Amino acid sequence: MDRKKAVEVVNVAKSFGTFQALKGVSFDIYDNEFFTMLGPSGCGKTTLLRMIAGFESPTSGTIRLHGKDILSLPPHKRRVNTVFQSYALFPHMTLEQNISFGLENLGWEKERRRARTAQMLEMVHMSQFARRRPAQLSGGQRQRIALARALAPEPEVLLLDEPLSALDLKLRQAMRDELRALQRATGITFVFVTHDQEEALDMSDRICVLGHGEIQHLGTPNEIYEDPENRFVADFIGETNFFEVDVLAVNGPQATIRTPMGQTLTTFHKGAQVGSKATLSLRPEKIGMEDQADGPAQSGELMEGRITGRNYMGGYTHYTVDVAGVELRVSRRNAVSHSASFDPGRTVRLGFRHDSARVLAR
Amino acid sequence: MTDVKRYPFARSFTALFFLYLYLPIGVVIFFSFNENRLVSVWTGFSLKWYDSALANRALMDAVKISLTVASIATVLATSVALMAALVIVRGRDVKFRRLSETVVNLPLLLPEIVLAVAVLILFSQLGLQNGMAKLIIAHTAFCIPFAFLPIRARLQGMEPDFEEAAQDLYATPWTTFRRVTFPLIAPGVFAGAMLAFVISMDDFITSNMLNSGGSTTLPVYIFGLIKQGTTPELNAISTLIVLGSLILATTALILTFRSEKRA
Amino acid sequence: MKPTDFRIWGLAPAWVIMALTLVVPIGIVILVSFASRGAYGGFDWGFSPASYAQILFEEDWDGNLAFTPQYLSIIGRTLWLAGLTTAICAALALPAAYTIAQAGGRAKAVLIYLVTLPFWVSMIVRVYAWIIILGNDGVLEKTLRSLGLVTDIDSLLFTNGAMLTGLVYSYIPLMILPVFASIEKLDPALIEASHDLYGSRFTTARRVILPLAMPGLMAGAILVFVPCLGAVLEPILLGGGKAMLMGNLIQTQFGGGRNWPFGAAIAVVLMVLVMIFLMVNALRARPEVPHD
Repeated sequence: MDRKKAVEVVNVAKSFGTFQALKGVSFDIYDNEFFTMLGPSGCGKTTLLRMIAGFESPTSGTIRLHGKDILSLPPHKRRVNTVFQSYALFPHMTLEQNISFGLENLGWEKERRRARTAQMLEMVHMSQFARRRPAQLSGGQRQRIALARALAPEPEVLLLDEPLSALDLKLRQAMRDELRALQRATGITFVFVTHDQEEALDMSDRICVLGHGEIQHLGTPNEIYEDPENRFVADFIGETNFFEVDVLAVNGPQATIRTPMGQTLTTFHKGAQVGSKATLSLRPEKIGMEDQADGPAQSGELMEGRITGRNYMGGYTHYTVDVAGVELRVSRRNAVSHSASFDPGRTVRLGFRHDSARVLAR
Repeated sequence: MTDVKRYPFARSFTALFFLYLYLPIGVVIFFSFNENRLVSVWTGFSLKWYDSALANRALMDAVKISLTVASIATVLATSVALMAALVIVRGRDVKFRRLSETVVNLPLLLPEIVLAVAVLILFSQLGLQNGMAKLIIAHTAFCIPFAFLPIRARLQGMEPDFEEAAQDLYATPWTTFRRVTFPLIAPGVFAGAMLAFVISMDDFITSNMLNSGGSTTLPVYIFGLIKQGTTPELNAISTLIVLGSLILATTALILTFRSEKRA
Repeated sequence: MKPTDFRIWGLAPAWVIMALTLVVPIGIVILVSFASRGAYGGFDWGFSPASYAQILFEEDWDGNLAFTPQYLSIIGRTLWLAGLTTAICAALALPAAYTIAQAGGRAKAVLIYLVTLPFWVSMIVRVYAWIIILGNDGVLEKTLRSLGLVTDIDSLLFTNGAMLTGLVYSYIPLMILPVFASIEKLDPALIEASHDLYGSRFTTARRVILPLAMPGLMAGAILVFVPCLGAVLEPILLGGGKAMLMGNLIQTQFGGGRNWPFGAAIAVVLMVLVMIFLMVNALRARPEVPHD
């Protein structure tokens, strides 16, 4: 590829005593991309971030920044900057002083510092607060200043440690758009850590899903959602229905399987083997319920079942439907105001396209 | 609505308690203004005992010595305590961290008389004669834990995030300490210094043990006066000490809160 | 500046000072306790358990050793008074600390300031105050007489009671602060929960407040008991030198008594008593909640 590599993580492992937090992971982060590390708590994503920043060292392995090995460098010598989860704005300095702190340490002259600080404040729309102190700001404002402070020194890579977790929902959504726009505008590589999958899917160019100390899947948001690498990823991202199925045949990227409900279908697979069991993953929104405007194509699979549960969520209604003893979760868009709702106990017809399902190794 | 957290008589008890704390001191102050020589029979108001106290050469010398020893010991003890606290609380992979903490707090674990005896014997074996030097060394030693505790508390209460952020923004360890750590722990350092100063000024046991010709501290001097008999002049001196302590304590409190607000 | 360097020389001054002024000297004290009494004061190096023997025995004219209870009674009195002082301080501190903790922000800070203020006043002044109060024709006697309660009483001074009063007064601030710190951390919801579950005020105090204040009480106990064991001022000024405690017993050996080895021996006994107390305390203490 002709894309330059901003960060190379090579076989990095980390143990805390006898506990192996990371088991030799390797991946590359390219210039100019919004790269997210996603996973449940304790999966090692924050540890990896801190290792790039220099606050922790790997037990083994190497990390390179634009080709240079940085493990031997202390944090204050690495040209990366961090937006901390708690923001860590210096309480005894004004916003201006916070932002110019890194520039002073880099030895920039006064005029250049002043210009850059003003530019950063303008970028996050906080110029009029320059002389204030962090304690006088709201959570969202502090977040923006933390961002400005980390971007001011023109780092090669910007590291963000769950920066949106302390914000309320509306603010978080607004900040997501701002962050993505910022990354596009500045062109700096963003390495983002979060446990919130919606954030990851929304903002990232590529996502690295971590679990059990390993990389479970590295790909674009679309790939990760629609073609998950394994059961862990399918389960962690979004919601899905899992069935244990028998693999009847494998033909290149496709496999033919039989479901516990008795159907036989052929669709894309990852790691299925003939004669053994596998998992079928089918997302709730891929299952059509009768009367829907865009119902299942006629070539899809049709089933009949009885509604056993219903959860009204505003824009969507989630149903649980019993189909031949198997419980399916179905998600139905409320496209019309006061949509007719299906009551529990009612019999409905369900359908889905074969190629909406995925076969995954057990 | 009953407040289940309130206990009957607790408030009156506490009021009596404060009375108990301040009555003795009040008595001393009261009788310092007494006109006659007795310390317990009031005849009239007079300031004459204050005059004689302030004219007392020996008393002034003792005050000077106490202030000198306390000032030097405070500076030394606080510096040592600060360095030790930085390593013990923030140091990475420090060997013997807990042992070091015990060592720093050693003077607190033993009664002062034992430590006084120990330094007395030590100095006599070393042949150290200089009274001031002996006092300063001994005072520094037992003031260190008092300076250490508030500094350590402040450091522990401070998130390591700030120091990491400073390093992330290219600050060297020294710059990090100078521009981030120290300003943020300043109230603790100040509290430690104040505590060390007071402990040194008030010390009796060790200062008495080490007492020789030119190194009589204020408490030791007062002790000598008490042995000779109670006089209102003693009351006057005591009241001046109470006044001094009050000013010191209040100043420390105000400055602590002011620097906390700025932080 | 390499991090390794600072870790070493950052701790070095503390270690050096403590080693030179405490660790080494204490070792010397132990050695001296086994030395022989010098002819003109001071001591001669050597190994002799004479000083320790002196605690228990005395040589009479015939050279026989007779058991002397005097020093044992001093040790006993010291332990007894220190223990009593600690108990009284705890009993006083608990309700006071609790009430202060109930107060609102500003008042609480002021009250704590007022509680610690006497601590800033030199101990010698505070002990002197009790001399004035308890002395013959002192303030207390005069007040009681003018109230018509007594006609004449022997001096209250120079008794165990006087010493006890002085000790409690001197060390109560050291008990209040840790107890207050413990009680302040107590979640008020716990008290409400106790009442919600049918506990009375007394039950709540006994089964919720007291156990949760225990860490503070333990810390306060150490801060009070240890210095009390080595108290010097109170026995001299309030005990009159007749009812001696270990503190002024040691003191006199290095002053007029001029028996350094004996003084060192008593100091060693004192150290051992403190160490036993600290060890018992450490064993009893519940393991701390691990910090991240």
